[in-house]
Amino acid sequence: MIPAAFDYVRVDSVDAAVAALTEHGDDAKLLAGGHSLLPLMKLRLAFPSVLIDIGRIEGLSYVRQEGDQVAIGALTRHCDVNASPELARHAPLLAYVAGKVGDPQVRHRGTIGGSIAHADPASDLPAAVLALGGEMVVTGPSGQRVIPATEFFTGFLETAMSPEEMLTEIRVPTATAGHSYQKFVRRAQDWAMVGVAVARYDGTTGVSLVNMGPTPLRAAAVESALASGASAADAAEVADQDSEPTGDANASPEFRRHLAKVLTRRALEEAGL
Amino acid sequence: MKVSIEVNGKKEEHDVEDRTLLVFFLRETLGLTGTNIGCDTTNCGACTVIMNGESVKSCTVLAAQADGQKVLTIEGLGTSQDDMHPMQEAFRQNHALQCGYCTPGMVMAAVSLVHDNPNITEAEVREGLEGNLCRCTGYHNIVKAVLAAAGSGGGDL
Repeated sequence: MIPAAFDYVRVDSVDAAVAALTEHGDDAKLLAGGHSLLPLMKLRLAFPSVLIDIGRIEGLSYVRQEGDQVAIGALTRHCDVNASPELARHAPLLAYVAGKVGDPQVRHRGTIGGSIAHADPASDLPAAVLALGGEMVVTGPSGQRVIPATEFFTGFLETAMSPEEMLTEIRVPTATAGHSYQKFVRRAQDWAMVGVAVARYDGTTGVSLVNMGPTPLRAAAVESALASGASAADAAEVADQDSEPTGDANASPEFRRHLAKVLTRRALEEAGL
Repeated sequence: MKVSIEVNGKKEEHDVEDRTLLVFFLRETLGLTGTNIGCDTTNCGACTVIMNGESVKSCTVLAAQADGQKVLTIEGLGTSQDDMHPMQEAFRQNHALQCGYCTPGMVMAAVSLVHDNPNITEAEVREGLEGNLCRCTGYHNIVKAVLAAAGSGGGDL
């Protein structure tokens, strides 16, 4: 399969990327590792007329601890997030989840920024950043702004970024009190039929759901049940509350709701609750 | 656009359409048909090559993204019985192929895995080859071959 024709533009700075986005508007897409975008283009589900390759911008692949946060450059690849000693120490959920994305070949190319900006509700990393209560730093023509993860995912493959903005950094709080990621797949390397991410930090527990609606979802009902002292098993019973799972060849909505509860219980228990 | 890619140690400069995928550049522009196209959707791994020392699925990389990079294909490992790479030799010795369609991608993925982790365990091989599908062998002999090669230069690039 071959993508529809497009013009390829390579940029070497964030400013140049933003300028190119501003020039081409909705017709342009940013290309990092390309492992979300190129498959869609090959299936002709996406057909941007301009591809802006940001993959060679220097200085956007890093993991840095800054106070009580860890900052991750948007171009950090999944394999590097997975192998980061800083993340293993300060936000182990994120390192673990990055190692569960796709397969080694995919993790050699895909980037955390690309995965999050693509905002696929079946993706692993958006849910992990959501469970961690992270935030996204985006850069546009008028400078930087910070969007909390809870406000970032606005619809199916849609985010709070405007067409001329670029995701440049992801920040998550240090979270070392326990974590788990439960991903249910029929075959190795598949997208999650349902996934549950749990991160414990600052005396709270963040819980998020993969593929239980048009966006990655924070399992607010589970979080408040836990905050009121419910057991892991009891809290997990409300895991599907306010979710809108769809049915497809892999699972019915009812099966997804069941999976969300079972996986939430397992995740909470593995996280030490 | 003009791309310049070092393929198997040789600099290749060609004018290609912007939308050209690396796998088509290798197969059609260069005639290196050892790299197969299987699913064409980043699942099966048949098109795996090594770019800058790491396995990638060449059906999901643009030739433009490989511009200026180093690519190694199965032809770069060895093309005859006399010059086989240790990983190719281990696949032969352990009968790690039947129809052979997945084999070039499987070998390239295995070389990358062992290159990164020379003391790889059986569990790590099984997990590490999750991005490569083989519909003939049941994987057992492939895992045996990768483990056999791991101790004898199987990860050499």
